Amino acid sequence: MSDDKEIKNRMTVRRLNVYYGDKQALFDVKLNIPNKNVTALIGPSGCGKSTFLRCLNRMNDVIEECKVEGKVTLDGENIYRNSVDVVLLRQKIGMVFQKPNPFPKSIYDNVAYGPRIHGLTKSKSELDEVVEKSLSRAGLWKEVKDRLNEMGTSLSGGQQQRLCIARAIAVKPEVILMDEPCSALDPIATAKIEELIEELKRKFTIVIVTHSMQQAARVSDYTAFFHLGKIIEDGKTKKIFGEPKSKQTKDYISGKFG
Amino acid sequence: MTKKFKLKSGKKKHAYLHKRHNKEIRFQLYGITAMLISFTMLAILLISIISRGYTAFVKTEISLPIEFSESVLVPDDDADYGSLVKESLKKMFPEASGRSDRMLLYKLISNNSSYRLKNLVNNNNNLIGKTVDVWFFASADVDIFEKGYISREIEEDSRQIKDKQIVWLDKLKEQGRLRKVFNTTFFTEGDSREPEQAGMLGSFIGSLFTILACMLLAAPIGVFAAIYLEEFARANVFTDFIEINISNLAAVPSIIYGLLGLAVYLNFFGLPRSSSLVGGLTLAMLVLPTIIITTRNAIKAVPPSIKDAATALGASRMQMVFHHIFPAAMPGIMTGVVLSVARTLGETAPLLMIGMVAFIADVPKTMIDPATTLPVQVFLWSDSPEMAFVEKTAACIIVLLVLLAAINGFAAYIRNKFEVKWE
Repeated sequence: MSDDKEIKNRMTVRRLNVYYGDKQALFDVKLNIPNKNVTALIGPSGCGKSTFLRCLNRMNDVIEECKVEGKVTLDGENIYRNSVDVVLLRQKIGMVFQKPNPFPKSIYDNVAYGPRIHGLTKSKSELDEVVEKSLSRAGLWKEVKDRLNEMGTSLSGGQQQRLCIARAIAVKPEVILMDEPCSALDPIATAKIEELIEELKRKFTIVIVTHSMQQAARVSDYTAFFHLGKIIEDGKTKKIFGEPKSKQTKDYISGKFG
Repeated sequence: MTKKFKLKSGKKKHAYLHKRHNKEIRFQLYGITAMLISFTMLAILLISIISRGYTAFVKTEISLPIEFSESVLVPDDDADYGSLVKESLKKMFPEASGRSDRMLLYKLISNNSSYRLKNLVNNNNNLIGKTVDVWFFASADVDIFEKGYISREIEEDSRQIKDKQIVWLDKLKEQGRLRKVFNTTFFTEGDSREPEQAGMLGSFIGSLFTILACMLLAAPIGVFAAIYLEEFARANVFTDFIEINISNLAAVPSIIYGLLGLAVYLNFFGLPRSSSLVGGLTLAMLVLPTIIITTRNAIKAVPPSIKDAATALGASRMQMVFHHIFPAAMPGIMTGVVLSVARTLGETAPLLMIGMVAFIADVPKTMIDPATTLPVQVFLWSDSPEMAFVEKTAACIIVLLVLLAAINGFAAYIRNKFEVKWE
């Protein structure tokens, strides 16, 4: 029973409190992130959903005044324990950002960077293979296979974002965190990314922060609604969008505020 | 609903608009005037320097038939080469018979003529016994006279070139024994008391050594200090204090660094006085704050999204810095370093404090040899009483300005060529 539960929930978050200096950003957050599903985090601006996302791979460590309390587990192990190596943790939990941020290097080097620093491949041919596989998985291979030496920054916005996804999956993560990955993209590029998320969830656990209700409804299996640093409601997406328990959720989903 | 906004309407109604337009036009005029004034000043500066200095790139030479007579040259070591020149002059102008006339005659030729003849004979032994035409440097007075700096109209008493000398020179010119050639000496020799023999190579090499010593110390220390402060150090009172002081140090007058160099490098460490090594080390202290500040700005200009990208991929802080931030900031860092090189090249005051202002005739061979730098050479020559040093000073300034312009151009080139484009 407990075995089953652990496979079901790849990550768990318990009593998570986050402070930026004196200001508390998250209050006692509790959430389960189910394996090989898409979990959407929705909520009005400044509600703490991006902060929450950044707690999942300890990206907040970089911010000096940020203090995190509570327990976040990946496969049952608390990632905030001192013995946890953040470098390894971030290999297991990849991240895609709001604005596409390819390195000012070639397309090939962008994807190969992760495997290189983690020493995942032994030979050049193996690395080539990983790059090709990651790019195909991100749906970009056909478009860029003849210009792998061009700068990653020379691609269009949507292509850049898919390149960033390819870069994230090249290190073979278990979880991929996406922080509003489509907010800087046009509708066609957005559709492509959503298709991609659909594909990727077969292999990866995905947590996505989004501002778009429709997107959350389209791509996610589970949804958590944040408001003022607290989770108001979470559960299956169909249920949240179909019959929300809380009035606040209902108001937000129907566009009355936020 | 259909009420149209009228663009054309009575002057009265739109008086405020006219006022605004006029203000705009006036402001543009102020700007153009300011530009014109600064360009005029620059033009005056350049024209006055170039018009004074260009003649230094030419020198006057006089050719004399020299009889390499065996009787003078055979007692090899202390052969009196000078007498060969004197004999030749005497033969050409027999009318100069008195002692004072002969002195005037000999003064036409620079006093390094015997040295030149010795070199000629040493390189070619076959010359002995023959009579050959040899070109000699004209003395500085003859040189500037031929360049038109001394008017024939002035009374003889207050003229460096006397009437008799003018007659001789005109005769030489008639015979084609007087020519003006490109002044290679200026670029191949060190300083000299004789203006016609003085060159800027010594101070040029001194400048190179000084820049080298300065950058070897300041560039790595400055860049790594900046990287540490920007990316690794925790923000606290201590780092704030350091930051403020770096900005303050950048504003300290350079002469004070000269005194510091004197106290630390010469008196405490006992490094060789007047050497370009000490000059470089002193200037390193001077440019260090500038390098740190420009490097930090270059690092700050790297978008934080790149840091996020690298961190999220599992790069360690060091990998993030050296794989991504440092390469992306490199053009900015290099620009800062190159501009510091320009500053090092132009700095004078601190070098006066550590004794790089001495007269040094030899071209320095190592960093610990006594040396001067180009701007100090300008200072030294501008202080010399000889008229011939005026053009040398201007020429040295031209060389210095050309070098500075080249360095600044190089910095602009780096900035444009290697700038990382983020979009």
